[in-house]
Amino acid sequence: MRVEEISTWVEDARKAFASAIDLDSLKSARLAHAGDKSPIALASRGLGSLPPDEKASFGKVIGEAKAEIAQALAEATATLEAERDRKVLLEEVVDITLPVDRSHRGGLHPISIIKNEVSDFFIEQGFAVEEGPELESGWLNFDALNIPADHPARTMQDTFFIEPVESGMVLRTHTSPVQIRTMLTQEPPIYVVCPGRTFRADELDATHSPVFHQVEGLVIDKGITMAHLKGTLDNFARHMFGPDVTTRLRPSFFPFTEPSAEVDIFFNNRWIEWGGCGMVNPKVLATCGIDTDVYSGFAFGMGLERTLMVRHGITDMHDIVEGDLRFTRQFGVGL
Amino acid sequence: MRAPLSWIKEFVEIPATVTAEQISDGLIRVGFEVEEIIQQGADLSGPLKFAKVLSIEEITEFKKPIRYVGIDCGESETRYVICGATNFAVGDLVVAALPGAVLPGDFAIGARETYGKTSNGMICSARELGISDEHAGIMVFAEYEVTIGADAIEALQINDVIFDVAVNPDRGYALSIRGIAREVAASLNLKFTDPVDALRSLKFEETGKGVSAKIADTSTASVFYLRTLSDFDPKATTPIWMRRRIEKMGMRSISLVVDVTNYVMLELGQPLHAFDKAKIKGGLTIKRAGKAQKFKTLDGVERILDPEDLMVCDDEQPLALAGTMGGLSSEITETTTDIALEAVHFCPVCIAKNSRRHKLSSEASRRLERSVDPSLAQFASARFVQLLTAHSSAKHVATVVDGEPIYAPLVTIDPAYVSKTLGFEISAKQVAELLRVVGCDVDEKSFTVDPPSWRADLLTAADLTEEVARMIGYDKIPSVLPPRPLHATLTPTQKRRRAVATMLASRGFAEVQTFPFTNQATIDSMGFVGERASTYKVANPMSEEFPLMRVHLVPGLIEVAQRNISRGAKDFAIFEMGSIFRSSQKLVAAISPDLSTRPAQKVIDEIFASVPPQGYHVAGLLVGKIENENWQGKARAYNWQDAIAYAQDILALCNLEWTVARSDLAPWHPGRCAELIVNGKAVAHAGELHPRIVAAYGLPERSVAFAVALSALPDSALVRPTTVGTMPAAVQDVALIVDSTVSAADIEGALRAGAGELLESITLFDRYDKIGDGKISLAFTLVFRAQDRTLTGEEVSVMREAATAVAASKFGAVVRTA
Repeated sequence: MRVEEISTWVEDARKAFASAIDLDSLKSARLAHAGDKSPIALASRGLGSLPPDEKASFGKVIGEAKAEIAQALAEATATLEAERDRKVLLEEVVDITLPVDRSHRGGLHPISIIKNEVSDFFIEQGFAVEEGPELESGWLNFDALNIPADHPARTMQDTFFIEPVESGMVLRTHTSPVQIRTMLTQEPPIYVVCPGRTFRADELDATHSPVFHQVEGLVIDKGITMAHLKGTLDNFARHMFGPDVTTRLRPSFFPFTEPSAEVDIFFNNRWIEWGGCGMVNPKVLATCGIDTDVYSGFAFGMGLERTLMVRHGITDMHDIVEGDLRFTRQFGVGL
Repeated sequence: MRAPLSWIKEFVEIPATVTAEQISDGLIRVGFEVEEIIQQGADLSGPLKFAKVLSIEEITEFKKPIRYVGIDCGESETRYVICGATNFAVGDLVVAALPGAVLPGDFAIGARETYGKTSNGMICSARELGISDEHAGIMVFAEYEVTIGADAIEALQINDVIFDVAVNPDRGYALSIRGIAREVAASLNLKFTDPVDALRSLKFEETGKGVSAKIADTSTASVFYLRTLSDFDPKATTPIWMRRRIEKMGMRSISLVVDVTNYVMLELGQPLHAFDKAKIKGGLTIKRAGKAQKFKTLDGVERILDPEDLMVCDDEQPLALAGTMGGLSSEITETTTDIALEAVHFCPVCIAKNSRRHKLSSEASRRLERSVDPSLAQFASARFVQLLTAHSSAKHVATVVDGEPIYAPLVTIDPAYVSKTLGFEISAKQVAELLRVVGCDVDEKSFTVDPPSWRADLLTAADLTEEVARMIGYDKIPSVLPPRPLHATLTPTQKRRRAVATMLASRGFAEVQTFPFTNQATIDSMGFVGERASTYKVANPMSEEFPLMRVHLVPGLIEVAQRNISRGAKDFAIFEMGSIFRSSQKLVAAISPDLSTRPAQKVIDEIFASVPPQGYHVAGLLVGKIENENWQGKARAYNWQDAIAYAQDILALCNLEWTVARSDLAPWHPGRCAELIVNGKAVAHAGELHPRIVAAYGLPERSVAFAVALSALPDSALVRPTTVGTMPAAVQDVALIVDSTVSAADIEGALRAGAGELLESITLFDRYDKIGDGKISLAFTLVFRAQDRTLTGEEVSVMREAATAVAASKFGAVVRTA
């Protein structure tokens, strides 16, 4: 056995591995050049019979040669495996543009979305969200809000009455009774918004619905002024309609606020009536047992349908109330 | 409320440089919404002339009557025109548009051939000139009223700007030119002359005995002026300027007497009523009707009076529904010569009730229920006498007065309150000045404010603050954020509702919101009975078709599903969240405590308790296929399992535990309805809809639905998790043969009960119903795990056998061997 012979084996193995065209031919090359019967294996097994001084020197050379052959084999295997994988994966190509969306698309009703949006905005401002019953006591819906029976203000709101009418029960005409409930059950400071469903006997048409939604806000604290009302509305309007929107307060009349105002927004190049607001009438505070020498407050209210229609350019109320899937699905979950 | 600029100008010095838009902006600034600015005459150009009818040739060969009319327009030759109207005769004066004129609607007048003649112009109706809706015929005048050949645009005061102003219910005074003019002057800082000033010194000679006037109950009216006039020539006509003003206000000219009452009402705001004195038996008294009786109002409607109705009566019978509408029997007619003119300050609530009881809202009632200046009973009735005697032969006979005007009390205000309310500094001096602009007398030492007679609404410091703000301008209010609490969150209930909705929406459901109204037929067809069927009734529903409040959400979902199906949808899932209104308690009589102070806590509690609880539910309806079908293949239909799974997912989302039981609740299939029970209470139902309902409403067969009573769910408990075990699990399968009537839930429960504490999970992995003999096989995988050790095969076998033993003893389950 000569050292030169050993390097030939390594060279032969390298060549054989490199010329293997696939993993099968590599397997036979491996058996021939690195298998049990290969010259290097035989030489390795024959080391034991050599004299000690040769054993050491040949052993080292054979060990190095084995390592070289093993590396060459690993390299060839990796190359051929990669080649094989590439071919297989190429054969498995599919048309990934095929339509795969089989599930029904859902969505929240846009009124729910805008209600959530308004609630979230005010929660971030430190306001709690209060709710109340839709079938409501007339005392909470009218009297406590300084809307006496037979006052023209009561006929402003075409009310649905519940039988027997002596019960005074109504379908709430606004979410304001929630404000009264809040003031009767909580101590100031009060910072709340009240979104909810409301009812007025209006025929359903492009801009009116007998069943609609409002959001009202109420703040009762020490030193609350109409400037705070204006600030809150400006902030709210910018959130709902974008940073460029401007608001305008106009004197108006609501029995439960004094002074009262309409709030308009300048949006899409025109003034649009958005809602009503004012300083909570001291009479209302007195009815709720709030000390008017210490506390003052403001309130405001907007129609959610109106807000939605103005912001999204919806022109027909029917789309909002009919429940056509094609309308609702466009809104997703409001993200 | 309309207000022509020409009339406003009578009381306000408006410089010619001020535009209609500036006036409109001013009105808006002080709280009067201008709904429309009508530029009357802007789309009309002459020549428009008065002409005398000289000849009429009737042309009869056409389907409708046609006249060929010769008219004198003050020209050298007679002009001939074709006219389709017939309400005029030779000698009448008419308005003719001559060739070159353009009428509203871009209607150019020229000489043209028509009906075989040459028409050299057109005789006009009021509507054709855009000055009223009157189209019954052409406008006809008497010779003494107008001049032949004169410019009709000028004489009829056609060119004018009319503001249509929305007046809030607290500002009754602004339902008059006097009121609107005052606001125009205040908003633009112009000089205002109160028309009442000129009436204060008006005195009339007493020449005889007038009709007596009496207020029976001073709580119904404070002051009653009754002016008697005689010698009226019923042929007298209304001067053109007055007619035109009345028309510009949107009313019609009727007769001189009625026109003057309306004119004064429009000018000053005080409704007046004129009686034919000959029809009055004795004197006039304001009193309640006292008993139900028939009464015919001016509009010819016979009404049944309520005993509480406030009436103006003579000694024998009611003559007018006070402040609302006169009676037919005493109205001014073509033969009236003597007149009794009533001007009263009525109690606003009495008039509101009159109007409401008879569903009769008149120009008079609209003003009186909003409160009218109490001093006007005197001045407006004087204005009537002044105008009627000036334009007719009528003579004042006598004036009788009962009662006296009652004015609003003085109000004390701390001027600092104004700044404190508005959020910016306003000096005491400025407060006083601005209050004077709206007509208050202000004592600056004590800040005692005497509101003007026409402002019955100024009762508190807050009311006066609004006046100051209005006059200084709401645009001066700064924008400042309030001091706010640092933190708020949604309540657990609100979070839960939102999470449920978002889960359903993201799993393919579209949310709908339906009107919460229903009817008995729907309730019956759903099969609801007992307390699930009883509800509240709306006394005045939008439609008699839906007078009841809904008792369940599924009927509304069915209606929406039908609508979507009719529009082409086939496979979909929808849900609704909202209140239902089962009448769980009888409504009590209204509780109406005094408003001046907080009611006693007991009363507040009673009011809250008087409002029936209204359950908050979520329900879903699933129709058609569970997925869209496409190239990937067919899809299966939604089935009862899907509905139950969604109901369970909602409970799982709320982190609740439940058991399942069979139910036969409407509107579900009695054999395919699950009831989900939490804490012993059924909180949800789900399954296949009753086949009868599916058929009746034309839904796809085997449509399914679920309903969860969200408001009945307990709060989610704080999660206290068990330690996650890391020891190996032991898995055991068992198959049990049971009667087909035994439910899977029962067997599972029995296995669970028998398996002991180390059972980690149990899953039904097979259900085989082809065994026959009324038997089925249920196969479960049981997973056992101990926290501290690997379970031995022996231990696991003991537990498995303990589990099957309970199933065997409770339900006769037999372990199926391979």
